[in-house]
Amino acid sequence: MEFFKYTRTFNFMGKSKLGMIISIVLVLASFALLATKGLNYGVDFAGGTIVQVKYDSPAPIDAMRAKLKENEIFKGSSITEFGSPEEVVIRMKSTSGNVTVDVGDITREALVGTGKFEIRRVDIVGPKVGSELKEKGIMSLILAVIGILIYVAFRFEWRFAVASIIALVHDVSIALGAITLVGLDVNLDVLAALLTILGYSLNDTIIVFDRIREGVTNDRSSKLSDIIDESITRTLARTTLTSLTTFFVVFTLFMFGGEIIHAFAFTLLVGIVVGTYSSIFVASPILLEFGFDVKKYHVKLAARAKREADKQRMRDQFESGTM
Amino acid sequence: MKLNYRIVIFALAIIFGVFFSAPSLLQTESGKKITLGLDLQGGLHMLLGVKTEEAVKSRIKSIAASIKYFGERNDILIDSLNFDENAISFILLDSDDTSVIKEFLAEIDGAIIVVDAENISLKLSDEEVIKTEKEAISQAIETIRNRLDQFGLTEPVVARQGEEKILVQLAGIKTQEEEQRARELISRAAKLELMAVDEDRAGRVYTMSDADAAEYGDVILPDAKDPRIKHIVHEIPILDGSMLTDASMGFDQNNRPLINFKLNAEGAEIFGDFTGKNVGNHLAVVLDGKVYSAPVINERIGGGSGQISGDYTVMEAKDLSIALRSGSLLAPIYLMEKRSVGPSLGADSIKASMVALIGGFILVIVFMVIYYRVAGIIANIALVTNLFIILAVMSLFGATLTLPGMAGIVLTVGMAVDANVIISERIRELLYKGVSIHKAIEDGYANAMRAILDANITTLIAAVVLYAYGTGAIKGFAITISIGILASMLTAILGTHGIYQVLEKKITKSKNNRLWFGIKGSV
Repeated sequence: MEFFKYTRTFNFMGKSKLGMIISIVLVLASFALLATKGLNYGVDFAGGTIVQVKYDSPAPIDAMRAKLKENEIFKGSSITEFGSPEEVVIRMKSTSGNVTVDVGDITREALVGTGKFEIRRVDIVGPKVGSELKEKGIMSLILAVIGILIYVAFRFEWRFAVASIIALVHDVSIALGAITLVGLDVNLDVLAALLTILGYSLNDTIIVFDRIREGVTNDRSSKLSDIIDESITRTLARTTLTSLTTFFVVFTLFMFGGEIIHAFAFTLLVGIVVGTYSSIFVASPILLEFGFDVKKYHVKLAARAKREADKQRMRDQFESGTM
Repeated sequence: MKLNYRIVIFALAIIFGVFFSAPSLLQTESGKKITLGLDLQGGLHMLLGVKTEEAVKSRIKSIAASIKYFGERNDILIDSLNFDENAISFILLDSDDTSVIKEFLAEIDGAIIVVDAENISLKLSDEEVIKTEKEAISQAIETIRNRLDQFGLTEPVVARQGEEKILVQLAGIKTQEEEQRARELISRAAKLELMAVDEDRAGRVYTMSDADAAEYGDVILPDAKDPRIKHIVHEIPILDGSMLTDASMGFDQNNRPLINFKLNAEGAEIFGDFTGKNVGNHLAVVLDGKVYSAPVINERIGGGSGQISGDYTVMEAKDLSIALRSGSLLAPIYLMEKRSVGPSLGADSIKASMVALIGGFILVIVFMVIYYRVAGIIANIALVTNLFIILAVMSLFGATLTLPGMAGIVLTVGMAVDANVIISERIRELLYKGVSIHKAIEDGYANAMRAILDANITTLIAAVVLYAYGTGAIKGFAITISIGILASMLTAILGTHGIYQVLEKKITKSKNNRLWFGIKGSV
């Protein structure tokens, strides 16, 4: 089976304007969402308490609300269904420093009389730990980007590095926009998904860039846009295939992985789609826009080859004692 | 069939994978196994902070107690002995004693002593305060570890995290009651103090305020059995739990549980002296600020042992004696973060992620065979080997498998075929160009190598950052995905290449590119 015929080369760069427009619209829409609706930080980053309760019949949410109203500590708490009607999650801003009696225990006490239930999970994140996790999270994103930037600049050329970073920012922005749109809680798992998107999206971009590098090195006559089209087309089957298999598994994770893994899987799903798109329609056109010059690249390559040849000659002379 | 070094390494990798993952997969008795994270097996994860300022306060208090004892023992008259958070002051009634007391005070570590005629004051230097605070944290870690070791859970984790946090992880907590017991045991101060009842004011205790009591250097403490009953005692204790050498549960004549304790030589001497001088007075046994008993002293008590009787169950008495035996916490601890997962939720998570793993796995395997035919089967062999290697490496290092870690394995299934896809596409391309099978395979691998390395190393960079900065369960994701990436490079670059080399002659002979690579006959 083959997705694409070997003999045909697609004219991607001809459509790059359209791709740019779609990207800009999506990124701007994401920024707008982030600015107006804002990210919904979960307990990991904002601090607070989560109590997951499972009843043996559909959860009596109204009765629970009434009970929780009786205690000041639950002010501003919310109860939402979690995966099934029997299971709910109570989110609250308050935390407690007491080791023996914490918010979870108080919740258990408060819910007595609402039916037969089991407390399945209690997450308490104090404000100090929350802000530390946030700080660390942001640091990790920045560090990952810097690390990748250095690696790509070293292995390719600075324009490749900048183009791939722009593609990454594009992907993460749109993923964040999608998270904001559906109102998911941003917790540590979402951060992990974002970092995975960084790696994954770059994976795609690099495969294309590798072809471009190869094309540029072997082919002196063609225009850069033709080389890019050729490179994208030759890697298209691979890009589609890997994206599909990854999409399959993340989709099964999203469908069957359980409620706890939901936000993580959703973020990855968006990231896979956007990451695949961006390696074709964002990273490569930017390379073109930056005016990567095939001729200059060859001059540079030749200069490097000459330098090395000189070095080698000197070394040879030195070793044979003629110097 | 000709063997080559690649296929040999690949075979070794398969054997390695199957052999070392077997203990985890089959749950055998012996062999290194993967441990399940708290989010999968259920358990309690806590980050605790230490109120170090309290440790400084209690250090000051114990210095005050030693000054008092020193004065009484050496017939030095000391008046107005007071202390606050960081300083002690007192008045020496006889100035002849100045040099003796100065000599005694000079031996106290890190104390700054100011003598102004008969007024003597003492405070701790800044370095000493920092040292005391640091010690309080180390001591808390040590104490909590000791207590949990005796609690009866398998492998409790107690470790320092950062400068001042304590990480406590208890796996396998099954019930709410057990969790409650563990938390009480951990946080219990277990501070034992033997205090003298202020006989002069005992009759007026219910009419006095805390401030009134403080004026006489006393404190009012509630009774352990009935908080409405109050006791007034001298604030500076006769001795405290630091001189305790042993504590164990016993029973009184009515077969009710009580706690027997033993003091060290110094404590026994102080205790003997005090009881000898105070026959007929009351002695309060105070634990964590509550008076457990206040019996009359009938005679001098030598030998340094005593009892704490209270209204507790056997379980409570047992936990309390563990706490006393492992020492008191110098400073109270407080909760900074807690994550508690019930075993039923953990089991549900395992089930759900297994369904996702198997579902995703079947989808990918079937798809690869449809798309690539035999090349797909070869890629699938690499994929399965990959899974075994991930499990084997994790087992060998005793790594922890968390829910995000499971997600990482699922994701790896999708991504691990990538290297083989890149290679297969390169081979197909070369075949279209009409080169020989041999050249297509060799050049295909050579061409694909660079892309595979670059693409995987960048993903690895992200995973390493995630490991360094991630906490708890997220680290598990970074681990599985990193091992998955490395294993996929090994199985693709060495493993499948070896298989192709073995099959090369057959492929060349059959001339059926459709069967082998899923493309139309030879071009």
